[in-house]
Amino acid sequence: MRLKLQIWRQENGEAGGQFVTYELADASPEMSFLEMLDVLNEQLTERGEEPVAFEHDCREGICGSCGMMINGQAHGPMAGTATCQLHMRHFQDGDEIRIEPWRSAAFPVLKDLVVDRAPLDRIIESGGYISVNTGSARDANEILVPKPAADRAMDAAECIGCGACVAQCPNGAGQLFTSAKISHLGLLPQGQPERDRRVKRMVETMEDYFGSCSNYRECEAVCPKGISIDFIARMNRDYVKALIRGE
Amino acid sequence: MTLDAKVPSGQIQDKWDKARFDLKLVNPANKRKFKIIVVGSGLAGGSAAATLGELGYHVQCFCYQDSPRRAHSIAAQGGINAAKNYQNDGDSVWRLFYDTVKGGDFRSREANVYRLAQVSVNIIDQCVAQGVPFAREYGGLLDNRSFGGAQVSRTFYARGQTGQQLQLGAYQALARQIDAGQVEMFPRTEMLDLVVEDGRARGIVTRDMVTGEIASYSADAVVLATGGYSNVFFLSTNAKGCNATAIWRAHRRGAYFANPCYTQIHPTCIPQHGDYQSKLTLMSESLRNDGRIWVPRSVSEERAANDIPEAERDYYLERRYPAFGNLVPRDIASRAAKAVCDEGRGVGHGGRGVYLDFADAIGRLGKGAIEAKYGNLFEMYERITGEDPYTVPMRIYPAPHYTMGGLWVDYNLMSTIEGLYVIGEANFSDHGANRLGASALMQGLADGYFVLPYTIGDYLSKHMGEGPLPTGHAAFQAVETEVADRVQSLLSADGSRTVDSFHRELGALCWDACGMSRTAEGLAAAIDQIRELKGRYLKEVKVLGGNEQVNQSLEKAGRVLDYFELAELMCRDALMREESCGTHFREEYQTPEGEARRDDEKFTFVGAWEYGGPDTEPNLHRESLEFQNVPPSQRSYK
Repeated sequence: MRLKLQIWRQENGEAGGQFVTYELADASPEMSFLEMLDVLNEQLTERGEEPVAFEHDCREGICGSCGMMINGQAHGPMAGTATCQLHMRHFQDGDEIRIEPWRSAAFPVLKDLVVDRAPLDRIIESGGYISVNTGSARDANEILVPKPAADRAMDAAECIGCGACVAQCPNGAGQLFTSAKISHLGLLPQGQPERDRRVKRMVETMEDYFGSCSNYRECEAVCPKGISIDFIARMNRDYVKALIRGE
Repeated sequence: MTLDAKVPSGQIQDKWDKARFDLKLVNPANKRKFKIIVVGSGLAGGSAAATLGELGYHVQCFCYQDSPRRAHSIAAQGGINAAKNYQNDGDSVWRLFYDTVKGGDFRSREANVYRLAQVSVNIIDQCVAQGVPFAREYGGLLDNRSFGGAQVSRTFYARGQTGQQLQLGAYQALARQIDAGQVEMFPRTEMLDLVVEDGRARGIVTRDMVTGEIASYSADAVVLATGGYSNVFFLSTNAKGCNATAIWRAHRRGAYFANPCYTQIHPTCIPQHGDYQSKLTLMSESLRNDGRIWVPRSVSEERAANDIPEAERDYYLERRYPAFGNLVPRDIASRAAKAVCDEGRGVGHGGRGVYLDFADAIGRLGKGAIEAKYGNLFEMYERITGEDPYTVPMRIYPAPHYTMGGLWVDYNLMSTIEGLYVIGEANFSDHGANRLGASALMQGLADGYFVLPYTIGDYLSKHMGEGPLPTGHAAFQAVETEVADRVQSLLSADGSRTVDSFHRELGALCWDACGMSRTAEGLAAAIDQIRELKGRYLKEVKVLGGNEQVNQSLEKAGRVLDYFELAELMCRDALMREESCGTHFREEYQTPEGEARRDDEKFTFVGAWEYGGPDTEPNLHRESLEFQNVPPSQRSYK
């Protein structure tokens, strides 16, 4: 496959950036998208040009490291697929592909396609856990969790924290990510004691960094794990209840 | 130095209790006076950092990823073992202990394994309390499944993402301690060396992966939880960033490296499909519970899988191992796959693949049941290969996956450097020559939640009131200079080849000589070739860009430099071990049926290597192993 790649190049957070066009003559349909970029980077290095920096690690769609806007879409054209799991067979010979870093003021560019997603960690640190010190747990089977609740909690817990939801949202909102963790823990009996405190603190932290949700639903459309926006509704209900209950 | 494993005396059931009583404690008010560095934030590092923070220690935790949540433990799929016996099927702490010792082919330390089995039950309790959404029965109780190499159902799981959920559990516990100010987190910070003074670990030197700053961090103790070294093979199931630099640098500073040749090749991975391939993807071996593995009977078979009639298929695992069939342990399944492919009966790209067929299971249980169990794995397979495994048999092939070898540690998880602890995959301790499925998550969390937090206090209590060395101390300055020089030498190499091209070449060398089967001749040749390749590396490599920026080529270049040395030691260890055991298969030492032939008389020991110097051969130390509770026997899965 012959491809024309327009890639955002930016030296660091302070420098300005621009699109640079590269021709790649020898991509193959079996390659993953990141392997295609590997091939480009090998060629750039051999030509004495600095390779394109992009974040990646597990390349199995689970660590959440990778992510880029591919032709304007977070993680590219395939639904339910992280960038590392996207394969070139979904592109055509001769395609032009525009590759940008995540778009969000909350995720400043560090270099090329690498951004800083630290605010996602700040949200979890503000309450995305159950307070239980090591060693103080009772026997696991003493806590009964109805299967539907466990399954639903797992649906939310599958979030990989990649930030695609934020990147795709016209408002740069962090609702889908935040609500996934709030719902995962709030659906389980273990998560009840801290439920009000958790939602209040996490929502407030989220608002410190991210834009507001106006139900565009783009987050859900690009989420590689198919996290549902129902969890956002659930988070909003929990938040209001927590306010009423005076937490 | 003689290796003292510090295993407590007494019956195996009582050893851990005795140790916990004998280990000195640090009182709660004094804990906050101690600073502990934890490198790595996976299951072992994350759980250790969180637990040490809860106990009141001041913890600094480092990871190379942008967030501690992303460590590669997150990619484990199948599950975590625990001797809960919730299924009433005959499991017990003793049976898990027995299975693990036997599965490790009698090359692990009995006392460590017993403790692992004991604390396995606490891990499940802890994780459930944290909100890990394990699979449930309709009554609300926990579900279990059986998993590679076990005849009981003791594996707890969360869909096909057990590692992710346990990792997030540990990450959340860590996040809570970060919020509480107990743990200071340093993401995008890579440990590049260890600082040792007076024989004690005093801290680390790191590189900030955004600014390039080389900095020193000092502490009362250092914990390495930096995972394994499968990426020495270039193509492995590890994340691209996983590396051995932390443990290798510690090795060069005096930590012995144990059993480097014990590397596990996982039987169920998606086969390689091209030369540009960057990594291999594992498919959970839980698939072997329902999938049947086969190859065509005939070497000259050219038909598509579904056109090959039943009579012309060879279900070789069921044939060779009727008792365990498709569920034989990983080392055996991997070698058997290699054997049929070597015969020319392999399928797919380059004849390096075997079929994993779900047609029978779908016929028996229905497509819905298979989808419920393995839906996400089937999807992943289809995404990568473009083939639908519901209708066409999957193709699988073994791939490097896990390393049982690692830094030598005593019963308390301390290395041969005082104050340097090593936990999780980075140490060598619990799996012997082969790890059983669903035991890596167990060991990582056992070390981090329940072992290290007890044992580290014993060391710290002896150094009450001393405090960490200032980072201005000459010991830190010397290491900082070395690290900076090394970075500079990589950047100033004036070659034309990329780092990856060298890494690929090294990986291919290791895979051929020190992969699934090994020979004295091949290993000896590989040692020379690795040295030669390393010699060319610094001359011919090209690393663009500077230090004071995000520079992924530079990161890789340093890691690969360490892989050369580690690869050589791995081959040297494989050459020394003139027997076959577990994953270590020397072609010269096999039974007439082609199974591994151990030599218990000569090789019932841990081979712990002491670094000799850049041009000096390493020194072998032996920790002899005693099996008082599980008498060594020929492993048989027939």
